[in-house]
Amino acid sequence: MAVGKEIRTQISSIQNTQKITSAMEMVAASKMKKAQDRMRASRPYSEKILNVIGHLTHAHSEFKHPYMTASTDVKRIGVIVISSDRGLCGGLNNNLFRSLLKDITVWQSDSIEIELCTIGKKATSFFKNTGLNIASVLTDIGDTPRFDDLLGVIKVMLDRYDAGELNQIMIAYNMFENTMTQVPTVKQIVPMEITETEGMDHYWDYIYEPDAEEALTALLVRYIEALVYQGIVENMACEQSSRMIAMKSATDNAGDMIKELGLIYNKARQAAITQEISEIVGGAAAV
Amino acid sequence: MSVIHVDVVSATEEIYSGEANCVFAPATMGEIGVYPQHVPLISTLKPGEVRVETENGMESIFVSGGIIEVQPDTVTIFSDTAIRANDLDESKALEAKQRAEEAMSNAQSDQDVSTTQAALAESMAQLQMITKMRGKRR
Repeated sequence: MAVGKEIRTQISSIQNTQKITSAMEMVAASKMKKAQDRMRASRPYSEKILNVIGHLTHAHSEFKHPYMTASTDVKRIGVIVISSDRGLCGGLNNNLFRSLLKDITVWQSDSIEIELCTIGKKATSFFKNTGLNIASVLTDIGDTPRFDDLLGVIKVMLDRYDAGELNQIMIAYNMFENTMTQVPTVKQIVPMEITETEGMDHYWDYIYEPDAEEALTALLVRYIEALVYQGIVENMACEQSSRMIAMKSATDNAGDMIKELGLIYNKARQAAITQEISEIVGGAAAV
Repeated sequence: MSVIHVDVVSATEEIYSGEANCVFAPATMGEIGVYPQHVPLISTLKPGEVRVETENGMESIFVSGGIIEVQPDTVTIFSDTAIRANDLDESKALEAKQRAEEAMSNAQSDQDVSTTQAALAESMAQLQMITKMRGKRR
């Protein structure tokens, strides 16, 4: 029967799409699990370093590291933007970019210059078109981010900070709250915002090897790297959970469409049959 | 005898956590041994072996550099997961910059020798430790 051929092809093409989206949903679900494990595994490192930095604020060091002393006059801000490499993950990246752009316009109205470091293809291609200056780029991180890969981009920013070309470094990423909610976050990483705590008032200081500057730099650089790494891992967990939800709703929508089209198809078929019967009956009556 | 709490962590995982009698670590200025009630110390580490002496014997962990923080009752060792060297970091920074330029225009980038050199240094240190451990077993 020739009736509703277009509708049938439409249904089968939607069914194919549904198969793909449901497969992507399952893949994202399993990747999300792994990403969350990685996120949890990387936490002790940054927590422990934070501990040590807490100790450092109590040590009466004769050496004050530039990463720990806030500059009063902020003229240039560096922003490390973390995004995903791939799309199809709902509004995850765009939400982050939009909230960052809002901050950037505020800074620009205070005539602060902005310099970007983009991690992930989406951020790179988005900010390329905004006319902002991009200092360094990292893409193709894959599903398991490697620490080695980050060192370059971070060093570019820290070098510029050391040279006094940047007064502040921020990081923008999606914070993983739970599977349903991801919070676009922009926070300052250099200079560190240190909260002085009470206790341990007696005079003491570390022995530094080889010397205070070198040991502290090594420690603080690792802390910054750990923060960025944590940001990337967290953003990845966000990406997967956001993709899972996006794909789930796509699968549901495809199901609804198939149901509706099936209804239309059946109606058309019945109409055709009814018409045929009435034609036959009419023909018989005429004879 | 008193004990000291030891944590060995890397950016990707917690490697070791527990009580120990003493710890030996390859500091850049030479190997150091840490017993309970050691004075506070922060030092960088070079690639090598961290030995943790516990009640039940010796625990041996390979670190490819990192940082050690000593407090009278705790020792925290931050192990690097990445291979580091000044010129290597430099080349990586350059790469990142190049990628930025590429993104803005469309240039080409190429690799550096120091990547291989640092990788070689690390695998040498690893190899040394493996041969040492084999010698112990025999």
